Amino acid sequence: MTPKILLSEKKVNIMLNRLCCQLIERHGDFKNTVLVGLQPRGVNLLDQLIILLKNSGIQNLHTGKLDTTFFRDDFRRNERTLNAKPTEMEVSVESKDVVLIDDVLYTGRSIRSALTAIDSYGRPNSIELLVLVDRRFSRHLPIQPDYLGAQIDALQGDKVKVVWSNSPSENIVYLEKNNE
Amino acid sequence: MKTLSVSNLLGIKYLNEEDLHLIFETAIHFKEVINRPIKKVPSLRDITIANLFFENSTRTKLSFELAEKRLSADTLNFSANQSSLTKGETLVDTVNNILAMKIDMVVLRHPNPGAAHFLSKQVNSCIINAGDGTHEHPTQALLDAFSLREKFGDLSGKRIAIVGDILHSRVALSNIYALKMLGAEVRLCAPKSLLPKHIEALGVSVSSDLMQVLNWCDAANILRVQNERMELSYFPTTREYSQAFGLTLERLNQLRKEIVILHPGPINRGVEITSEVADSSHAIILDQVENGVAVRMAVIYLLASKLNIPIT
Repeated sequence: MTPKILLSEKKVNIMLNRLCCQLIERHGDFKNTVLVGLQPRGVNLLDQLIILLKNSGIQNLHTGKLDTTFFRDDFRRNERTLNAKPTEMEVSVESKDVVLIDDVLYTGRSIRSALTAIDSYGRPNSIELLVLVDRRFSRHLPIQPDYLGAQIDALQGDKVKVVWSNSPSENIVYLEKNNE
Repeated sequence: MKTLSVSNLLGIKYLNEEDLHLIFETAIHFKEVINRPIKKVPSLRDITIANLFFENSTRTKLSFELAEKRLSADTLNFSANQSSLTKGETLVDTVNNILAMKIDMVVLRHPNPGAAHFLSKQVNSCIINAGDGTHEHPTQALLDAFSLREKFGDLSGKRIAIVGDILHSRVALSNIYALKMLGAEVRLCAPKSLLPKHIEALGVSVSSDLMQVLNWCDAANILRVQNERMELSYFPTTREYSQAFGLTLERLNQLRKEIVILHPGPINRGVEITSEVADSSHAIILDQVENGVAVRMAVIYLLASKLNIPIT
């Protein structure tokens, strides 16, 4: 079955621009802000936001890429070995306002592991969450986004996939139905 | 999702090339972890590891213990000289008694070659070989290869020399297996009395001319003369050994190129390597020690991921 388009390129582009405006509204010149993309796909969203923020005249952004594999709560819960991705946190988050960035918010467990992992780099002043897509009614933990692209409804087992390009205007969100 | 092909780490011989690359990739991530302000991850918080050292060790024991603690595992330390072994208990009985305390993994160092292999057949636990007599020392070979990869990138076609007491060295054998698996060329350099017979069958070349070997290689792993394992006299005097096979700055300066120097420790300064060389920029001995923790974290993490929690 071909994947269904949930959000077109045009819609995603509008959302990315809106998320940028909301970030600027809240964080001003970003002097005390660290934007942290969660590996693997939150990093793609971070990269696109950086392009748009720079286009809006925001320079000297503090950014990082965080992998939460070693903080996940499903280690040894199945046959799979959890393989990590690179973490690049060149900046301290001590007393900073951190924005965690991920593409899809589903159960909330990745975000919980990120909340623990980020502590390894200092004690932030505050932590917010930005996601492109929020899968409603699927949360396992009391975690909600502060900045949100769109809310969608998908059945458990379905996959919501964001296909990222190099340009903020060419990204699509698909729904892959579980046919089992 | 990549996973190791083995459930115990008994020797490099039992791994394949994909296993080595998976361990190295994972170790890169753990090296980043141990350089964070807070150097600990919670992955193994429900795992207990027993470090059973039936032979003296400083570096390896500390390195394993630190790796386990960085992964949040609980650790149990055991030294043979303070144990009931002196009262006549067998290895299997000792280990089974320790395992009865609900231990998940065992890190074993033992003076007898094959001890880890033997134990893996006798007890139901994950075993990591931390050196078994003159046989293998897999984590040392992994950290040596990892340190060389940091210097050279891909080791394929690189020329690595192993110099010193090959006959009594578990580091040498594990290094040969690992380096050959990664596509490097290996040449051994030692007095004939300290070279095992038929060692060329492992695909290595052999020489007793130190300068020729140093001119040939990109990196040299210098091994200690293991007097404690020698029941015979393998060379006339330490001074004579040092004159023929000791690595000096003078010898390094005579080379046409710069080479990387490794040493697994402990160093006998002035015997197999002079202080000038050991403390020079050629040597990556302290990098090896740092990488040892990251590589051991990777090995423990990857083996622990195969220990599934029984769902009740």
